[in-house]
Amino acid sequence: MKLLPGGIVKPKTTVVNKTGAWRTFIPVFDEDKCKKCGICETFCPEDCISIDENEFRHPDYDFCKGCGICAEECPADAIEMKYEEKE
Amino acid sequence: MSLFAQGHTACAGCGMPIAVKLVLEGSGENSIVVSPTGCLEVTSTRYPQSAWGVPWIHSLFENAAAVASGIETALKVKGKKVNVLVIGGDGATVDIGVRALSGMFERGHNVTYICYDNEAYMNTGVQRSGSTPYGASATTSPAGKLSFGEDRPKKDIPAIAAAHGIPYVATASVGYPKDIVKKVKKAQEIVGPKYIQILTPCPTGWRFDGSKTIKLAKLAVETALFPVYEIENGEITKVKKIKERKPVEEYLKLQGRFKHLFKKNKDRIEVIQKMADSNAEKFGLDG
Ligand SMILES: Cc1ncc(C[n+]2csc(CCOP(=O)(O)OP(=O)(O)O)c2C)c(N)n1
Ligand code: SF4
Ligand code: SF4
Ligand code: SF4
Ligand SMILES: [Mg+2]
Repeated sequence: MKLLPGGIVKPKTTVVNKTGAWRTFIPVFDEDKCKKCGICETFCPEDCISIDENEFRHPDYDFCKGCGICAEECPADAIEMKYEEKE
Repeated sequence: MSLFAQGHTACAGCGMPIAVKLVLEGSGENSIVVSPTGCLEVTSTRYPQSAWGVPWIHSLFENAAAVASGIETALKVKGKKVNVLVIGGDGATVDIGVRALSGMFERGHNVTYICYDNEAYMNTGVQRSGSTPYGASATTSPAGKLSFGEDRPKKDIPAIAAAHGIPYVATASVGYPKDIVKKVKKAQEIVGPKYIQILTPCPTGWRFDGSKTIKLAKLAVETALFPVYEIENGEITKVKKIKERKPVEEYLKLQGRFKHLFKKNKDRIEVIQKMADSNAEKFGLDG
């Protein structure tokens, strides 16, 4: 690896770290219950919840650490944390 | 994606990255950020990667405000208008960097200094800082046979900042995201030194389940243990009112760092309740 003077690195390069591997519990979103409020998106510490064209929210499991904040804060109880089986 | 990328390595449920995302939303792309050593620096810039979507520089632990002062002065000489911010931890701010911070205030630099307050030196293993609250057990103020934990009250840095006569001082909590964005935007419209302290719960150091971060960030405010207010040119101009103030136990009992208080230090909980009462009175929080 070439070192740059002053330790300069490129912006937003942490995306190579797939922190989803840290997860023990996985958030599962229920669109039937979702009120499209965006609270989960605002509070996600990984900023990994995005919005689709129908305003439903989806976590990016590549980065979701399974903290459970979204499920705790969702006013519609639309997110359930489930134990994640891994191979 | 915000200006703070995924793949940072803060613990699951950490309040700090939520605050950083919101601060950058308020400050926008035209910003330069300085961060002293601490969890934010370590978890956002594991070499050779960076989570930052704006120019960012790592200072020493103790001189973030001095580095920001230099950047602001250089930009002024070059005739460029850029928002210069510091985003640093409580240890870096209220203890080791307080001299540089005071100098920055005194010289009147146009810098927004954000302290993310997780109430201890988390990155090195939960040592107490000047910002650690009374009664909390930290590794250098451990609860035990002869100790009920931290025996000094939280240092009132917002009041110290305001005493410098700077135009804008504010506190905020990561439980109230819109308030953070609003305050950062407001700060960027004011010329001169600005200081904003944001409470960011730390599941690892406070010992609670990471899913409860926002709940605790709100409870700290709802109990009046962490009053949310603005001070402009030395005057309190706005406070976040509390409709029905909650007893401090509701906040304390959810955290391992206060667990010992419920066993044989019940009288200390009364002391903490008195601190909350006096905050409520001082800032007129009830109502
Ligand atoms: C001069 C100096 N002393 C000590 C350290 C070791 N150190 C690194 S991070 C840290 C704690 C930072 O605490 P705080 O500013 O509250 O940020 P946090 O880690 O809690 O986010 C310490 C003591 C250092 N880097 N430099
Ligand atoms: S917090 Fe719940 S209701 Fe709101 S957008 Fe997210 S999933 Fe939907
Ligand atoms: S569990 Fe945590 S990291 Fe995963 S999507 Fe929900 S808030 Fe984000
Ligand atoms: S130790 Fe605390 S402040 Fe540091 S990354 Fe972990 S949760 Fe966040
Ligand atoms: Mg700290």
